[in-house]
Amino acid sequence: MQSKCRMWIADCGIKLNPHSAFRNLQLKRGDLKMVIKKYFYVVLILLALTTFSVAGVFAEEAASAPAAPSWDAKFAADTVWVLITAFLVFFMNLGFGMVETGLCRSKNAVNILSKNVIVFCVTTVFFWFIGFGIMFGNGSPFFGASGWMLYGADNSPATGDAYQGVFASLNWTGVPLYAKFIFQLVFAGTAATIVSGAVAERIKYFSFFAFSVAMAIVIYPVAGHWIWGGGWLATMKTPFLDFAGSTVVHSIGGWAALIGAILLGPRIGKYTKDGKVNAIPGHDMGMATLGMFVLWFGWFGFNPGSTMAADPDAIARVTINTCIAGAVGGVAATFAAYLMLGKPDLSMALNGILAGLVAITAPCNWVTPFGSLIIGTVAGILVVYAVLFFDKVKVDDPVGAISVHLVNGIWGTLSLGLFAANVSGGITGLFYGGGIAQLISQIKGVVAVGVYVVVVSLIVWLVIKSVMGLRVEEDEEREGLDIGEHGMQAYPDFVGTSSTRGIV
Amino acid sequence: MKKIEAIIKPFKLDEVKDELNKAGIQGITVSEVKGFGRQKGHTELYRGAEYVVDFLPKVKLEIIVTDDLAEKVINTIMNTAKTGRIGDGKIFVSNLEDAIRIRTGERGKDAI
Repeated sequence: MQSKCRMWIADCGIKLNPHSAFRNLQLKRGDLKMVIKKYFYVVLILLALTTFSVAGVFAEEAASAPAAPSWDAKFAADTVWVLITAFLVFFMNLGFGMVETGLCRSKNAVNILSKNVIVFCVTTVFFWFIGFGIMFGNGSPFFGASGWMLYGADNSPATGDAYQGVFASLNWTGVPLYAKFIFQLVFAGTAATIVSGAVAERIKYFSFFAFSVAMAIVIYPVAGHWIWGGGWLATMKTPFLDFAGSTVVHSIGGWAALIGAILLGPRIGKYTKDGKVNAIPGHDMGMATLGMFVLWFGWFGFNPGSTMAADPDAIARVTINTCIAGAVGGVAATFAAYLMLGKPDLSMALNGILAGLVAITAPCNWVTPFGSLIIGTVAGILVVYAVLFFDKVKVDDPVGAISVHLVNGIWGTLSLGLFAANVSGGITGLFYGGGIAQLISQIKGVVAVGVYVVVVSLIVWLVIKSVMGLRVEEDEEREGLDIGEHGMQAYPDFVGTSSTRGIV
Repeated sequence: MKKIEAIIKPFKLDEVKDELNKAGIQGITVSEVKGFGRQKGHTELYRGAEYVVDFLPKVKLEIIVTDDLAEKVINTIMNTAKTGRIGDGKIFVSNLEDAIRIRTGERGKDAI
């Protein structure tokens, strides 16, 4: 290659000093003309080629332009909307990873990141194999029993009575089956990943892995079937409502996280015998803050996407409600922390924003922006009290996942029965003259899902505990789970490379 | 030869380095250190729990100089790093037996 290049240069009349290649380009007088001439031909050929290819492209376009699009515009818009919002919800995995890693210590960073990575991978496989069929497949009021691995009859995007197939509970949205699946999959992944933060810094990696499998197969899909899969909560006289998953996603994840955190016990050194709470500061508030923004961004897929249709009024209404609740949640938590604790704690502000977002997730389609303001404000205050409460009862939750997702998942679900303002589907809550029926349904749903998830996740956690153990050894916990579980450090700056490298 | 170790407030490092350069110093070793003196630590707050940070971050300079330069270096550091408030740091001076430049094997003053 080099010799070819040199020959070509020499051919152009450039003398090359072989001992200092390219440093000593000498042009002989008179040869200059020849060089320019040669370059002129090269440029001319290139220009000609470009012209031909551009002309070719235009010719192709001209040939295909008159053909009318073969798809229906609404069908296309709906599908693109569902998929793009699904991608946004997928992006929340990044946010969870960053918030959790930032709020924990650096010696456990690889472990937390690994959990966040594996949980979505596991959920994808098992929700596809089994979970989706249990949640949305036709079956009994308590669980679905068809559509394993997405097999079975399905004539999506046909909707309503025109739909014939095994996923009748999803016949209200006119998008292809695969789009329905991807959108529901990323929600299942979110529910499973909530557990990760509450059990952080002490759980065995593979025990968490096993719990994630159970989450994708049994815990999430069964309770989800009751609400979104046409199960008994959805078919009550006044149906239980949860637009985007305050209960389905956040409370389910939160209950499972609570049971896990109780069974694991607090981290070493978190609580002293005399009842004092010790601070275990997170190692990177920058990462935690960016993670919160990523989650907030993802929520613009989570809630507005749950329309599962590009319905202009609905997606605009849901978006503004989502944004307002998150924002006022942050303000409320900041002031609650300032008044109660003396400083506007950043970690509390982050929790407050997420609390507002979790709370508005259930009612976001049925309330006004003013309703969102109240719901978000209550959420922001609630989350600060909840964090302090769980510390008082010695349930150690390093990132506040239980306070954010469980407490505010419940609050958001109930708030629907209070603040629904007859803006969509005639759903009206107590404060807007709709009577108490909706609130009662909401309470029924919260209690039913709570009891189910507590019982089943308790069984699953106990089985895992007896088979493989839940908690790492004390020495490993002190040393950090990064070395103990993964043999790796997140920030190995001063380690240097060992001369005894090799395959272990 | 003298070894001068100075513990100073981190934000003063740039200023001190510039002044020492002007004073004709050939090299400085700097490390980020933590410790306490009369300033003690301070209290921080995280998610409702207070905790005391006993060791505050400081910067430690190590400078090797010939005897005749020592006083000038000490004064330079003192004047530049001083804010007048508690926690300005300390300077320690000790005699140094030998210095060796690894590349050439030069020793003593020549190695500084």
